[in-house]
Amino acid sequence: MSSDTNFNRSITTQPESEFDYDELIFEDRVHQCIYTEEAIFRQEMRKIFGGVWVYLAHESQIPEKDNFVTTKLGLRPIIVVRDSSGRIRALYNRCTHRGATVCRHTKGTAKSFACPYHGWSYFNSGKISGVPWPEGYADDFSDPKYNLAQVPRVQSYRGFIFGTLNPDMPPLDEYLGGIKKPLDEWLDRHPGGILSFCDANRLKFNGNWKLLYDNSADGYHVVFSHRSLLAMENRLVENTDEDKGMSYYKSSPDNAPFYVKVFENGHHYKDKRPAVDTSPGGLWRIEGPHPGMENYESMIRDKVGDKADTILDLASSEPVNINIFPNLHILGNHVQVSQPISLTETDTTWWGTSVIDNHDELHGCVDAINALRMRTQESFPNFGEIDDLMNFEQIQAGLAGVEDEWIYMHRGLGIPERIKRDDDGYLIGPPTDEVFLRETMKVYKNLMQSNPSLVVERNIEEATF
Amino acid sequence: MQHDPSRTSFYVGNEFYQSLTESFKDWQTEQLEITDLLLRDTCRMLLEKEARLLDQNRLDDWLRLYVPECVYWVPATEPAGDPRTEIAVCFDDRRRIEDRIFRLQNEFAWSQQPRSRTARLISNVEVFSTENKNILMLRATFLVTEFQAGDKRTYSGWYGHKIRYENDKWNIVAKQVNLINCDQNLRNLSIIL
Repeated sequence: MSSDTNFNRSITTQPESEFDYDELIFEDRVHQCIYTEEAIFRQEMRKIFGGVWVYLAHESQIPEKDNFVTTKLGLRPIIVVRDSSGRIRALYNRCTHRGATVCRHTKGTAKSFACPYHGWSYFNSGKISGVPWPEGYADDFSDPKYNLAQVPRVQSYRGFIFGTLNPDMPPLDEYLGGIKKPLDEWLDRHPGGILSFCDANRLKFNGNWKLLYDNSADGYHVVFSHRSLLAMENRLVENTDEDKGMSYYKSSPDNAPFYVKVFENGHHYKDKRPAVDTSPGGLWRIEGPHPGMENYESMIRDKVGDKADTILDLASSEPVNINIFPNLHILGNHVQVSQPISLTETDTTWWGTSVIDNHDELHGCVDAINALRMRTQESFPNFGEIDDLMNFEQIQAGLAGVEDEWIYMHRGLGIPERIKRDDDGYLIGPPTDEVFLRETMKVYKNLMQSNPSLVVERNIEEATF
Repeated sequence: MQHDPSRTSFYVGNEFYQSLTESFKDWQTEQLEITDLLLRDTCRMLLEKEARLLDQNRLDDWLRLYVPECVYWVPATEPAGDPRTEIAVCFDDRRRIEDRIFRLQNEFAWSQQPRSRTARLISNVEVFSTENKNILMLRATFLVTEFQAGDKRTYSGWYGHKIRYENDKWNIVAKQVNLINCDQNLRNLSIIL
């Protein structure tokens, strides 16, 4: 290294917290300021978004060499690129020279990125490729300190790309831990165990990002928040034993046969499959009305006869919520990603997924299934999520009453028989208990009490994948 | 067999999607421009009436402007692609539009409590002919201002309407809403555009 200072692994530190999280987060409640304090948000953007493995993008968005998408890691602008050698990298979208973004498109194909400001350019590996009129510089730009900064650790799990700036994080595989099993099951119900992204329902709410995570395994809100959706899905149903959609929440979800399981690192899982008929065609039978369903169903039945039920289940919403802290949710057939924009603004993007059938396991029905899947997937963001987001916005509004300090999350606490442990030691509770929230808040508290040293990488050989 | 599109969705299949995407391809050309002022004004009146009924929240009356086998389509991409292979912001057939109206009229649709007030401006209306003289394509620029939960938001872009003459009037077959920011995160869109 030629530099007198080590620019290649630059270290960002911040003064320690002025907040005593032991006074803000208790087992049964949290203080409202974790949703309303700008300084806490800024710490989260470092200690959590950067400090742990954060979901960045899906490999199907960058299938070929030189494909890229832009995203954010916390608030940092990032280019996720499959470089010209095929390696997936997460580059800081920030010119080393004066700081402008070097890429201003959301997706595309590029072998290099040139800064529009003074023309510094970089290969898609992040390595600097040239600066205009180099004779004006005493340097020869061979020092890696002029390369784009990049996320030092980028790893994938079955197509899902994550990054962390924290050298002390365990490998991604270990970070995901027990949540890999439901994720594997979700993927493996599709031919080849793979899926491809097919654009998205993109939503936004004026509220803190945690409000969405807090709701992600919540089975308590469904019959209240989604009352209009439940009514809508069943408005044409004549016989109540043919109820559609999330009707399994009706009556008493406390005693319903499904459950929430809590994994390590803030991940959790709501498995509603025990509440539905899982025989072939069972999922399809409870789908609410969707555009084209009768047309494609009759086409598929004519084509493949008895095999139609199993195939139609792939157009149906898988009744699971797989929540990977802090920003990835897999539910139904969606990959929902949340992105903090500011303390009180959050984007939530519901990526649709389509089935890839390389070995014709669906007997020529894959296009029909995908045509159905587009419409089944548009339903919840249009008719369910918007009511959730309104409630999140109204929580943020309610929290402006700052003297009313506490938010309670104690449903199920102190009633030991409601909570069990499985053979692996993971907590299991009724879908209506807030045990998942209490456990996530313990993880959150630990993270906020930590002070990780975050690093970027500029030596392009050192960045690991 | 006659199917009721309010109850079942037999009409939305490959043929429907193909014909829809073809209708919305290469239609805004000078050769197809209609200059007849009376016809242009008739089309403009249809769009203005649609805007008024939506602003007045007369959703059942609004839907009467549509043929039974209709579609309301808000693409999530620019330009719009094939709805069979990509997610749209909205892609509603007749039954789903009726679902949407049912939900909007349900007092437990929290995203509409209190109900949004809207004001829409429709302008730059152009009319284009098709091979069938009873079918026209309309292009209009829109600005929808929504007041909800204490603040205002705006949606802008252009409408593409496919309309058909039957029963002595022009009826809407398909409405494509092309938001200028269709591929960005939209704050809790719960109204009909």
